[in-house]
Amino acid sequence: MTARTTFAAALSAALLASTAIAAPVKVGMITTLSGGGAGLGIDVRDGFMLALKQAGDAGAEVTLITEDDQQKPEVGVQLADKMIQSDNVDILTGIIFSNIALAVVPAAVKQGKFYLSPNAGPSQLAGKGCDPNYFNVAYQNDNQHEAAGEYANTLGYKNIFILAPNYPAGKDSLNGFKRFYKGELAGELYTKLGQTDFAAEIAQIKASGADSVFFFLPGGMGISFIKQFANADAGLPMMGPGFSFDQDVLGAVGDAALGAINTAQWSPDLDNEANKGFVAAFEAEYGRLPSVYASQGYDTAQLILSAQAAADIADHDAYHAALKAADFPSVRGSFKFGNNQHPIQNFYAREVVKRDDGVITNRIVGTAFENHVDAYAAECPMQ
Amino acid sequence: MTLFLEQVLNGLQFGTMLFLMAAGLTLVFGVMGLINLAHGSLYMVGAFAAAAAAAATGNFLLAIVAALAAAALAGAIVEIVVLRRLYRRDHLDQVLATFALILIFSEGVRWIFGSFPLYLDVPRALAGAVHVGPLSYPLYRLAIIVVGIAVAVGLWLLINRTRLGVQIRAGEADREMIAALGIDIARLYTVVFALGAALAGLAGALIGPIQSVQVGMGEPVLIMAFVVVVIGGIGSIRGALVGAILVGVTDTLGRFLLPIVLGGFMDQASAMSVGSALASMSIYILMAVILVWRPTGLMGAH
Repeated sequence: MTARTTFAAALSAALLASTAIAAPVKVGMITTLSGGGAGLGIDVRDGFMLALKQAGDAGAEVTLITEDDQQKPEVGVQLADKMIQSDNVDILTGIIFSNIALAVVPAAVKQGKFYLSPNAGPSQLAGKGCDPNYFNVAYQNDNQHEAAGEYANTLGYKNIFILAPNYPAGKDSLNGFKRFYKGELAGELYTKLGQTDFAAEIAQIKASGADSVFFFLPGGMGISFIKQFANADAGLPMMGPGFSFDQDVLGAVGDAALGAINTAQWSPDLDNEANKGFVAAFEAEYGRLPSVYASQGYDTAQLILSAQAAADIADHDAYHAALKAADFPSVRGSFKFGNNQHPIQNFYAREVVKRDDGVITNRIVGTAFENHVDAYAAECPMQ
Repeated sequence: MTLFLEQVLNGLQFGTMLFLMAAGLTLVFGVMGLINLAHGSLYMVGAFAAAAAAAATGNFLLAIVAALAAAALAGAIVEIVVLRRLYRRDHLDQVLATFALILIFSEGVRWIFGSFPLYLDVPRALAGAVHVGPLSYPLYRLAIIVVGIAVAVGLWLLINRTRLGVQIRAGEADREMIAALGIDIARLYTVVFALGAALAGLAGALIGPIQSVQVGMGEPVLIMAFVVVVIGGIGSIRGALVGAILVGVTDTLGRFLLPIVLGGFMDQASAMSVGSALASMSIYILMAVILVWRPTGLMGAH
């Protein structure tokens, strides 16, 4: 090989390195794929994989390892150790439930791995416990409840009855709601976590003279409550966070949820190009409407792809800057990270409606917050 | 006052539902000496079979029949394939094996029906509430109370007035002796287990329309059913009925009254928080008190 061709080869290699796709990245996804919460993890995973598939060659540069945490914190910790120590992943993601995130995330980010949350947003990681390696691509846990409180004012509710399960996220929920709600409370109730019969609570709601009811009851608890509430002829309007009325729930409750108002940072009918493409592609790929969890998984994968295009994972600081820039077409429209690396985004009020083809889904009826910053951002020392 | 009355009805309804679960559990334990953790899975099988049949036919009675058949069939298969080998082993082996069955049933149901909760609604004829004076109460919940009482009466007749009942009672008392008398004990055990499974399936089908039909729905109910069995006395159907009503009413009234009582001498927010925490413990406190007073349960012989 002559000196000239060697030089040319080196030059073209350098050119390639600067223009071509950056080095492959290895992503470990720990999510809930079995048990009662499996639907949420499956939606996050499916949304994530759809984005990789759509990205073609760039998506192929992302190696994805998926494992089931069985909704148990100790399993999540074991999986994270395995992924970090023997699989050598660069980025972790996927966790649905806050108690698992709190067990996994602090240790993972201390070992220099990025963690991108596609769902859980506990306050501990948003305030004093924020970390440069931790990004939340979904929401802070209080946000949807805060938006519901704010929108209850818009709807003119004056005497609302609120209930949630007796565990940390339930208390955060009602506190988040009360942070913005200005009217009176007809009653405030904490139920047992995992409770599925709400006859006693519904009797109290009916007797309280409330003009409406707000509840946060995740998963099967919410499905039970909605069915029983409709069956008791209570005749009061229902509202809740988006989780309580999302696509995974609506299929199981049918007409009982029609007309309920709920708040979320995304809706299947949100009017922007990225979202239209996402909803159509998701329905074509999986044969069902995407949930808010699917949209979060999709955006998480898009965030990684955008960072891949701008930086090399080997250069930690550059990759961090590329993630923080959040330069991707979010299905939520405007999206950026605040100082604590949690989203600053809009929250919409959605109404549960029946489409002409009989599918029950959500439709945006108003905006609760524009560019909402979470309540803990000020406590985070990062700039 | 009407609110209190409504809460008592709620307690009764919850109790009859627990009875359907506990009756099968206590029957299997009493006759076969088997601890069956997978009883909740049979409840789940009943609910899923009902939801699938209701979606296919739109008929709730057919859904109930499907639930009974599916749960009884699943029970019979499990008894013949797995449990038959465990009667001579100690309870720890039974607990391990039936715990494995929970996992197998859960993943099997997910494999067939998918990971998302199924839709099952109250039949139109039983929708809405009935009004008696100032009291309004969901018709469907009244129907559950009626079905629960009918099942209790039917079981009593079966145990005390039929040939099968004689065999069941004899099997409970002395299994070697009835085998020696020429009764096919293996077949008797399969029938008893399928009967217990069908009761769990019926409970699942009845509760499905007002709760979430999802994987893992049986386990919370299973724990309550065990509490009922222990309170009522292991092996006693009558004990299961009394225990179920006691647990149902205690749990419901505890949830309703404790925050109000505590509100008398502490501020509202902590009364709510402490009250709901105490309420979720109430049935276990009840169980502890009864066990101190009667270590074999209210009507237990063992």
